[in-house]
Amino acid sequence: MTAAYNNAQILIDVLRDPESVSSIDGGGLDAGGWTALITIARAEQLLGTLAARVKGQQLPDAVSAILDDAEKNAGYQRKTALWEADRAKAALADYDRPIALMKGTAYHAANLLAAQGRHVGDLDIMVAEDDLPQVEKALMAAGWEWVKEDEYDDAYYRDYMHELPPLIHQERDRMIDVHHTILPKTAKPSPDPAAMLARAERLDSGLYVFEPADRIIHSAAHLFADGDLAGGLRNLWDLFCLLKELDDSKAAQASAVLSSRAEEYGLGAAVQRAIRLSQYCYGNRNVSLSFADRLYIRRLLARNGYGQQTRKLTRLAFYIRSHWLRMPPLMLARHLWTKWRKGH
Amino acid sequence: MHEFRVIIGPASFRLLSRWAKPLDQMRALYAGYPQADIADFTVRLEEVSLLRRFIRPSAAINGDYMLPDAAPLPVSQGLLGLEMGMNLQMALGWRRQLILHASAAARGGKSLIMTGESGSGKSTLSAMLGFKHDDTKPQDSWRFLGDEFALIDPESGESVGYPRLISLKNQAIAAMQAAAPDGKFGPLMPGTPKGDIRHLVPPVEAVSAMEKRARPALILFPRFGHERAIRDMPPSEVFIRLTQASTNYVALGEAGFQALSHLVETVPARAIDYRSGEEAMEMVEQLWTELR
Repeated sequence: MTAAYNNAQILIDVLRDPESVSSIDGGGLDAGGWTALITIARAEQLLGTLAARVKGQQLPDAVSAILDDAEKNAGYQRKTALWEADRAKAALADYDRPIALMKGTAYHAANLLAAQGRHVGDLDIMVAEDDLPQVEKALMAAGWEWVKEDEYDDAYYRDYMHELPPLIHQERDRMIDVHHTILPKTAKPSPDPAAMLARAERLDSGLYVFEPADRIIHSAAHLFADGDLAGGLRNLWDLFCLLKELDDSKAAQASAVLSSRAEEYGLGAAVQRAIRLSQYCYGNRNVSLSFADRLYIRRLLARNGYGQQTRKLTRLAFYIRSHWLRMPPLMLARHLWTKWRKGH
Repeated sequence: MHEFRVIIGPASFRLLSRWAKPLDQMRALYAGYPQADIADFTVRLEEVSLLRRFIRPSAAINGDYMLPDAAPLPVSQGLLGLEMGMNLQMALGWRRQLILHASAAARGGKSLIMTGESGSGKSTLSAMLGFKHDDTKPQDSWRFLGDEFALIDPESGESVGYPRLISLKNQAIAAMQAAAPDGKFGPLMPGTPKGDIRHLVPPVEAVSAMEKRARPALILFPRFGHERAIRDMPPSEVFIRLTQASTNYVALGEAGFQALSHLVETVPARAIDYRSGEEAMEMVEQLWTELR
């Protein structure tokens, strides 16, 4: 019964080995297993990915119907994400320096493995920091407007963050995050956004995506050096796919370039962790995990077959850590104080 | 967690609750429905926080799809919470048919779709039509298809039944107790955010034949409390109103546009004003005879 599914193990097992859902020897999944798997995948925003992974197998009718919907929905997500990128490009027609797509939209635009069935929320782009005023102005002229009217939040973004306060389009109701680097200014690692933009690959649309090693560095920085790991299983799946493509490309020195660049940016540990954890969850499980790695796994799998988040203390610890990474302690205290006073 | 799985029309739900009572009530009211094996959606009724488990317990409505600012309900209104959670899953997650916020009923393989603002009476009207069922004259009887969502299949253009429990509010409760004296009613929940609420189990044939589809034949925009009137409505206005009444029109993309265009181009529509249930029923019969 579903009560036995007290963590998200079943989801990583099926993404790693999709044929396990119907294998006769392994017993395959029963109704309780399917219900838990679908619920967890949906909550982790991996249902479209799951649909793409198990496609072509003999599945129960009820499962096929749900996964067909997820596949259709993923197609719609892709179309919407690419359209949003197209609209941003049109709004910035007069801007002649590289605009790099990031995260989900980039994976779709470059037709990467990670894009298969992937959900896309906001549009994330990166431009040179000096050009932010020009880019912001052009986007606002094309119908984007501020989401947060609050002066404190606005100043906070501008002074300390790696992106402008989020903008939302008046008519299409879609958000855009305009980045000038990949981590908050207050975080310790020091990536080189100018070099990342200079190396970025140009697509037919005239938009850019980071080159392979930089994609991995950005995704790993986002997962392990920034947020609180909420939705981390999907980010880790992205990383698994990006790493696999880097490996499959057989590009000379690809992994050496990745390691040395990550070291240089202060993100060596994040990238190494990405390699270990993604291999452990989705790939060849033959990796040795540190004690800290096991804590990360514990956090990543904190979701049960009912779709509930579990392991409250672990989650809280990672939440506090995410703020710690972004801000020195005194600044954190000031920030939380201001937020509490406003009743957040 | 207590658990109950149910199939309503084309959709299936796994309902989970920290408290046994709301699920016992659901089980009793949905007794005539098939039970799901693998469910499309999960809805959870759970405590807001550990503390609130003991002090003034209230039930948060969670599930696959959630609203971040949805207010919790008292546990005594858990049944309503589960129904709201199921509506939310359909509104935000359903992709197999176009969903219209509308009621519907079928007769002779053809369907009537009624949509309008909250308080228009569309829900009560569909229930009244459904409970007027006359076994001796099945060809003149209406089969209740749904009081909240009218589903349109994008491939065939047909109405798909979604006969969930009928949700009666305020005066509609007494009206339906009079219209369906043998009906199976749920507990009266006074003082909910929407006023008094009481659920009514749809007529037996509405559930037993819920898989039977019908061809849309008439769209009505009822309005309660105004002097009797029937107005034509141009297809352009019908189209715009129905896009606003649809919860998944945008998410369905081109398929949604095709389904809605086809519906509006092929089915006549009228706005009707009425002052009483009887008056509305009479107007429905009149328009059905003239237009279908």
